[in-house]
Amino acid sequence: MTDVRADDLRYEIDGERILDGVSLDVGSGETMAIVGPSGAGKSSLLRLLNRLDEPTGGTVHLDGTDYRTIDPQELRKRVGLVPQDPALRSGTVRENVTIGPRLRGETVSEERLANLLDAVGLAGYADRTTSDLSGGEAQRVAIARTVINDPEVILLDEPTASLDSAAEVEVERLLADLLASGERTAVLVTHDERQAERLADRVARLDDGRIVDVGRPKEVIA
Amino acid sequence: MALLDRLTDPVVVRGLYQVAAATVLAAVVIGISSLRDLGLERELGGSFVRGFVQVIAMGALIGALFAIPLAYSGLLLAAMVCYAAWESHKRGDGVPHAFRISILALGLGSAVVIVTMVAAGAIERTVRNLVPVGGMIIANAMKTNSLTLDRFQSEVESNREEIEAVLALGVPPERAISEFVTESVRASLIPVVDAMRTLGLVYIPGMMSGMILGGANPIYAAEYQFVIMGMIFAAGGLTSMTASLLLGRAAFTDAAQLRRFESSDPTLLGTLRSLR
Repeated sequence: MTDVRADDLRYEIDGERILDGVSLDVGSGETMAIVGPSGAGKSSLLRLLNRLDEPTGGTVHLDGTDYRTIDPQELRKRVGLVPQDPALRSGTVRENVTIGPRLRGETVSEERLANLLDAVGLAGYADRTTSDLSGGEAQRVAIARTVINDPEVILLDEPTASLDSAAEVEVERLLADLLASGERTAVLVTHDERQAERLADRVARLDDGRIVDVGRPKEVIA
Repeated sequence: MALLDRLTDPVVVRGLYQVAAATVLAAVVIGISSLRDLGLERELGGSFVRGFVQVIAMGALIGALFAIPLAYSGLLLAAMVCYAAWESHKRGDGVPHAFRISILALGLGSAVVIVTMVAAGAIERTVRNLVPVGGMIIANAMKTNSLTLDRFQSEVESNREEIEAVLALGVPPERAISEFVTESVRASLIPVVDAMRTLGLVYIPGMMSGMILGGANPIYAAEYQFVIMGMIFAAGGLTSMTASLLLGRAAFTDAAQLRRFESSDPTLLGTLRSLR
């Protein structure tokens, strides 16, 4: 169980301010949703939490440890990111779901893979090629690809934004199962405030690179 | 005086007609580019004119060049490597450390081959042999380096999301990008591999034809041509492997973040500064 604390995070690209001093506490096992208009810096914040980009200022603490002192590869295993676009590689579902461990030189047992695919609703999909998947299925593969690392913290970037409404309901149900156990700390970026209300313990509203409101879903979302 | 005599030589005048014919053909290519709005006229025309001026200048100077002491030919080849790296690095617009990588890759690829072949006696220890053959090896290595950079740049830019999705799982950066590095090497070696495959069947190289026309034993001419092709093959391969290895590393920060490829208009001064 891990808590995440963003500490005065700042991020600029070419002098343009993307995040302007974001401080945020996400308790162990808690699901925090980040809502706000597009361009507010929601995805940039997730990328910083995974350290895919380097903060211009401030840092992130993981259980009180400055994340810059943790090996980036180790950090990313512990704090997994599910990107908005699944960006799967051509090949099979098996190859994509196991790509993390495989490229780190680890092996994944068939049993573990089968259990995981079952958990994300893709039982029997291991040998399907990714080009044959629907948007919702591809998103599930992307979720499984991150969950296979058994991360302590999971970062979800607009997991249902590109899906049709039927697929959205299904993926959201999967996320609800994944997050409800309270075993993982989660940060969910979404433009859908209703989704934030349904899935999150707390909601933070980001606007123009700043947190303008944090609280229980009912307090933040009108 | 000697230069003036050379310029008025009837063979030079006849050569001008041949240059004119080649220019007409190049003009056709540029014309088609213009008609099809490909926007390549400046690059095509510029390189054509520039190549002409440079090779004529070289032709005028080469007599003097062959008179330099052998020891200086190393310096001359090093200067060629630097200039080739300068031209080549522009192909990887925005790729981090493209110039430094080009110098290292071209330098290593050419030097290993030139030194080995000089030691083996395939390249004579004379300026008139070392400089042109060395230049040819460097030029071919440059071609491979340019293709590696060009392909690497486009592979990474078009697969950035895929690379980062895998990177975000805690995969070592060199593994996250390896597929695209391999693709750059493969693509860069296509011309060399195809030239080898068709050698003698489609592609009858100029040097071999020249040697045969000059009265050499055709079998020896063929052997020597194969040696030349082997040198080009090896220099290209070594250059591409070195460049790709270094590119794969340079693409990431110390914290294993995929760098943004910021395109710039490279100036000599700016690039030299970046070498520090």
